[in-house]
Amino acid sequence: MSDTQSLRAWLLTETPTSRRHAKLSAIYHAWLSFRTNTMAMVGLAILVLLVLIAATAPLLAPADPFAQTLADRLQPIGTDGHLLGTDSLGRDLLSRLIYGSRITLYIVGLVALIAPITGLLVGTVAGYVGGLTDMVLMRITDIFLAFPRLVLALAFVAALGAGIENAVLAISLTAWPPYARMARAETLTIRSSDYISAIRLQGAGPLRIITKHIWPLCISSLIVRVTLDMAGIILAAAGLGFLGLGAQPPSPEWGAMISEGRRFILDHWWVATVPGLAIFTVSLAFNLLGDGLRDVLDPKDGEK
Amino acid sequence: MAMATETQKGRHLSPFFQQSIKLAKILLSIAATMLGLLFVTFFIGRVMPIDPVLSIVGERASKEVYDAAYIKLGLDKPLIVQFFKYVVDVVQGDFGQSLRTGFPVSDDIKRLFPATLELATLGTLIGVFVGVPLGVIAAVKRGSWIDQVARVVALIGYSMPVFWLGLIGLLIFYGNLGWVGGPGRLDIFYEDIIPPVTGMILIDSALAQDWGIFRNALSHIILPACLLGYYSLAYLSRMTRSFMLEQLSAEYVTTARVKGLSEWAVIWKHAFGNIQVQLITVIALSYAGLLEGSVLTEIIFAWPGIGSYITTSLLSADMNAVMGGTVVVGLVFVLLNIFSDLLYKVFDPRAK
Repeated sequence: MSDTQSLRAWLLTETPTSRRHAKLSAIYHAWLSFRTNTMAMVGLAILVLLVLIAATAPLLAPADPFAQTLADRLQPIGTDGHLLGTDSLGRDLLSRLIYGSRITLYIVGLVALIAPITGLLVGTVAGYVGGLTDMVLMRITDIFLAFPRLVLALAFVAALGAGIENAVLAISLTAWPPYARMARAETLTIRSSDYISAIRLQGAGPLRIITKHIWPLCISSLIVRVTLDMAGIILAAAGLGFLGLGAQPPSPEWGAMISEGRRFILDHWWVATVPGLAIFTVSLAFNLLGDGLRDVLDPKDGEK
Repeated sequence: MAMATETQKGRHLSPFFQQSIKLAKILLSIAATMLGLLFVTFFIGRVMPIDPVLSIVGERASKEVYDAAYIKLGLDKPLIVQFFKYVVDVVQGDFGQSLRTGFPVSDDIKRLFPATLELATLGTLIGVFVGVPLGVIAAVKRGSWIDQVARVVALIGYSMPVFWLGLIGLLIFYGNLGWVGGPGRLDIFYEDIIPPVTGMILIDSALAQDWGIFRNALSHIILPACLLGYYSLAYLSRMTRSFMLEQLSAEYVTTARVKGLSEWAVIWKHAFGNIQVQLITVIALSYAGLLEGSVLTEIIFAWPGIGSYITTSLLSADMNAVMGGTVVVGLVFVLLNIFSDLLYKVFDPRAK
């Protein structure tokens, strides 16, 4: 029996020997059912590829993304040395695209951390404490929900000044309310369950109950929601970049690249088309992955 | 005990009185949300690193002129007083003067809002008339190729950056094929011919029976409207599909089939009849989404609406215009949300 086979048997056991064993086994089972979803696997593959590209950008990029060669400006796709052509300043589009993946991942990663954590905090506290705290927190959440998201993000970026960090902050500020709503709803159902009463009787304080017994149960639906929201976050970030309110030139942010290419769209279509396809591919991958995760982690909403 | 007396009291109240209490509650929650919105816009306007006094008096104004303007704007008063004044002004429909256009912001919004409304309405119509049937068919023929196509169409809609699709649309249908009018609402030589009645050119030109202008306006609006319609369609078809699936698995559908009703009657009369309220709610939400989501579309198509007004004002640091525009969009958004909530309560007896 080889090592991988015994590992597999260990993971698939019906009788876990320890807590860690049970957890790993559950994860492995989820992975097995996730693996049968081809579309979700495609999404995952694209995203893994994206992370690899971003990590090894200096090795992969054929040229410096900021190096301008005005003699070679607006070269079409397939030119010698410029696989995807060049932009209006003669910069290699492929290299800019590769470096731009770093910015996209940076924005998405930060928002995916800030927004759900804020929402989780607000939602669980509101749901667990209840009363006046609940009312005030949920009223605030409703106000942010009532605001049109892009317009609010625009106004925030305008107030804080353009730039990647402020774009991240603005998008997070508009993205957290749905998480808060969700976490609150889950907390309300969990709060009244017997096992919470049991640990309360054992003397657990609210802090321990919220962090150790409520949060872990909110996580899976939160993860699904985050993955499905990622596409929206990427599109919002690209939209801000396109309007000149996100990453600033000469940064190779994909939205800003579309905006640069916009002026030449009629004669030199590839300058705006290439980064647009990149945005599309990545957000599509997140959507596919999110759909698949929902089926695995949240079977009640998923399609059988 | 206390609860029992409360319900007793509730029974003695006249239905009219109960209704008014309900209405008052709704109005109160609208007011609270609007106040919150105003607070957020006010806050944004305050933390803005641009000095509102300097943008009025200019860089080279003397100290006296600066101070006079500072006091005239009320900036020496405590923030809470300023906020109160702001709320009073907004309630009276006064958003201040736009620095960029030189008109009162409320006049600008009155002039530009119909353009946004026209675009979003047409987009929603396209979304409803294509998306809803697509969703129903996808649910009925679940797992078939048409269901797969609907799924892919929706996925692409969720993943495509709207400003990029708009650019590609312009490139292909305007630049290469010449099938549609370019950016803007009308060709330049058609502008300002018909008197604005509703501000929506399609309706105004139809009223004036000027079909040349109507055709021209249509050729300009069709591409951005289809673009917004596509996004609305992606969302509506998915929602319709999941609503329909829920109904089709219900027992009354089986009963209807057993009774020998035609498949058509089962689907459209029974199942579809039961999702109409949910559907209207979702359509209202998507309509609200289009009204605000048209910001990027309006910029791509140089469409003179609220979205492009807010963004161009932003870029020239015209905060009165930005705050006014944001408040109005927020108000419409809130009202549409409440409207859909109300519809639910009025037309769906299960929600009571």
